[in-house]
Amino acid sequence: MLNAKIPAGPLNNKWEDYKGHCKLVNPANKRSLEVIVIGTGLAGASAAASLGELGYKVKAFCFQDSPRRAHSIAAQGGINAAKNYQNDGDSVFRLFYDTVKGGDYRAREANVHRLAEVSGNIIDQCVAQGVPFAREYGGLLSNRSFGGTQVQRTFYAAGQTGQQLLLGAYSALERQVALGNVKMYSRHEMLDIVKIDGKARGIIARDLVTGELERHFGHAVLICSGGYGNVFYLSTNAMGSNVTAAWKATQNGAYFANPCFTQIHPTCIPVSGDHQSKLTLMSESLRNDGRIWVPKKQNDTRKASDIPEDERDYYLERRYPAFGNLVPRDVASRAAKERCDAGYGVGTSKQAVYLDFAAAIERYGNIEAGKRQLSNLSKAEIIKLGKEVVAEKYGNLFDMYAKITGENPYEQPMRIYPAVHYTMGGLWVDYELKTTVDGLYSLGEANFSDHGANRLGASALMQGLADGYFVIPYTLGNYLADEIRTKPIPTDHPAFVEAENKVKSTLSKLMSIKGTKSVDHFHKKLGKIMWDKCGMARNEQGLKEAIEEIKALRAEFWKDVRIPGSENEFNPELEKAGRVADFLELGELMCIDALHRRESCGGHFREESQTPDGEAQRDDANFSYVAAWEYKGDGQYELHKEPLEFVECKPTQRSYK
Amino acid sequence: MEHYNMNLTLKVWKQKNTNAQGGFETYSVKNISSEMSFLEMFDVLNEQLINEGKEPVAFDHDCREGICGMCSMHINGRAHGPWAGTTTCQLHMRAFKDGDTITVEPWRSGAFPVLKDLTVDRTAFDRIIEAGGYISVNTGNAQDANCLPVDKHSADLAFAAAACIGCGACVAACKNSSAMLFVSAKVSQLALLPQGDPERKTRALNMVAQMDKEGFGSCTNTGACEAECPKEISLTNIARLNREFIGAGFTSEK
Repeated sequence: MLNAKIPAGPLNNKWEDYKGHCKLVNPANKRSLEVIVIGTGLAGASAAASLGELGYKVKAFCFQDSPRRAHSIAAQGGINAAKNYQNDGDSVFRLFYDTVKGGDYRAREANVHRLAEVSGNIIDQCVAQGVPFAREYGGLLSNRSFGGTQVQRTFYAAGQTGQQLLLGAYSALERQVALGNVKMYSRHEMLDIVKIDGKARGIIARDLVTGELERHFGHAVLICSGGYGNVFYLSTNAMGSNVTAAWKATQNGAYFANPCFTQIHPTCIPVSGDHQSKLTLMSESLRNDGRIWVPKKQNDTRKASDIPEDERDYYLERRYPAFGNLVPRDVASRAAKERCDAGYGVGTSKQAVYLDFAAAIERYGNIEAGKRQLSNLSKAEIIKLGKEVVAEKYGNLFDMYAKITGENPYEQPMRIYPAVHYTMGGLWVDYELKTTVDGLYSLGEANFSDHGANRLGASALMQGLADGYFVIPYTLGNYLADEIRTKPIPTDHPAFVEAENKVKSTLSKLMSIKGTKSVDHFHKKLGKIMWDKCGMARNEQGLKEAIEEIKALRAEFWKDVRIPGSENEFNPELEKAGRVADFLELGELMCIDALHRRESCGGHFREESQTPDGEAQRDDANFSYVAAWEYKGDGQYELHKEPLEFVECKPTQRSYK
Repeated sequence: MEHYNMNLTLKVWKQKNTNAQGGFETYSVKNISSEMSFLEMFDVLNEQLINEGKEPVAFDHDCREGICGMCSMHINGRAHGPWAGTTTCQLHMRAFKDGDTITVEPWRSGAFPVLKDLTVDRTAFDRIIEAGGYISVNTGNAQDANCLPVDKHSADLAFAAAACIGCGACVAACKNSSAMLFVSAKVSQLALLPQGDPERKTRALNMVAQMDKEGFGSCTNTGACEAECPKEISLTNIARLNREFIGAGFTSEK
């Protein structure tokens, strides 16, 4: 049985107690302890910066040309914090409760409570760094609503919150680089973990410009490499987002938890054709003001503007009157799929629903006319005023939509459809964010710990920064306090040589195949299997088929992939090949996990397990646990369970009606 | 919007590595949909080259939604191509018509050496940030966020400056390869906020010194940077940087 090492005592006191009793490392000893951080998104950059500030010797790695480009940069809508600045009833408990409920009771209470406790400090820290959050005229911070909550606790910087938070963490990181506490390795990819006497002691990394392999020692290794949504090929992830670091950890003994818990985001720009390389999110914040609808008539081919009000079905408002358009993501996505599958979809592909701002534009126009004491305005004048307000709130998103689709969202409703966005599953970690390998930690989206089976909007940024700024500085010290006598291990140690040889032989093997099909060919095929059979709805037969199909595709990949160029140079096709090779293994594990979890919960919807009105039906008697998978060699995994105990949040059928 | 397909001729800069001699290669691509992004058109080209047994074109890209700042193509003589306020990844093929010839080069600047084909090394920007593009506050030092009100006008201006994605288009567009728009965006963001005040003098002086050291050219107020910036960072930031820099030069004790 897995031991999450949750501190004893009441939920409210666990983190305070832990901080009061964990071991410390004195400043002189910190200087001789080395930490490796993989990934420089919110989790990695905040961890590297904070550990550097403490005096540890940090090496940070990213595959992009600069740490500032990590995909946290693309998060749009906001970051939650239980500040209760709006006096609308928020509290640490509310944020904790909403997150556990939003995750459909598959998250660990103690971790989520800690997340809610430190959420306020994150906002303080970011403001101190100069992050330009949205403000009111009085100069104080502004908030907005997000899905799955009834309070306004989301802090934001227009539709670029992730960018501003990451640039804050990046500037803190660069400051530590300048001070010599952090050494930055950009355009480097971690390709293996080095383990000595059961502990993580370093990595093998490839310099992506020269192709050279490098050995790096560390007393501890932190995997902060983000999520694995790109296993679906089409997702809102960046093109380079990958599972490789987390997967190498898995192959080295770290368990991979709840891999089938993936989040399909309801509001993305629909696929336009076979050429599509990625999908673009339209922030959840748009559901504050946009109304989602489809025609009441099946296969209606009229233009949106020609469909009268009483022939429109605002299906979220109809089905979920309490939360309306702001139901959680999993619920909104399934509802869109249900309408489209039933023949009510819009646009040429019929795989889309409308997100309509006409009502909001008119409402804001009237408010603005009132503010300016203008009367007798024509409807056109009111709409003009309303458009200005909407442009100020969501302008960059509307512009992005117009560039991608060539349509004007101020004049006609957006067409949207769900797309893969976030992965709740990830490396299993205990309360200290340590994996099942000593000295190997995982932070942010790369771990599984806080979001259960569904993540609420504006919580990913919160978790990444909580882990990096406020959790790991304590928990890592608790481990490193026992390592102060460990001298840096020279990288000619046999374990480093062996790991490097393994990486070298994998790269040579990939280059030597010289087959006939590109890496993308295999990636697209894998994505289609995953989307069709392990996507928004899953069933036993489909998952069994998917497992066989992925095995066959993996065998074909290793026989027939064509990678031009050589391994000793800058070679983007080789980089992609390594990542797709890992996705071809992870995809199978996701299907195995989805097949074994015969309940529906959050983003994991098993068609066999639903309520009479089509909602996800949990099976708490049999599945109230974290499924952590141990890698046992090619395609073989052993299941370990961490039972989930709910003391403060008693599991109920989640209702947003 | 009407969709259409097009056949195109591409003249693309190919260069094996930093030290190798580069040159243009000509390719043709067929049946490109007007709905594709510019980078998806390059995906089609690369797939075609791989199938023909040739080397694909190396180019930087990541988020493909206009925010990471990684994509960096000089298209028909313009940084990020013909659309204003748009990164290469958000440029769509609607901007072109059947039969067009499109010339694609990497960013051209001595401070951004070519690594391969269309990929350049922009780590000089990171080093400029290291010189002072931050507020020195360790984790845990912060007071409650609302203890520090910021008037909305300044906050909005700071945000507009902070929108810089660090792509380097300003440098590529400038005849002097100046990085003034990039540097001024960061200096402005922090100078406009009370949090940035304690270090404002050293920040302006040190970031400008690092910019010069990296080999970026001087600013001659041409404004090409502002015209080509995908995030439409305003030239007034450069004026603010000049004020900050001159003021710091006169009053700094160093």
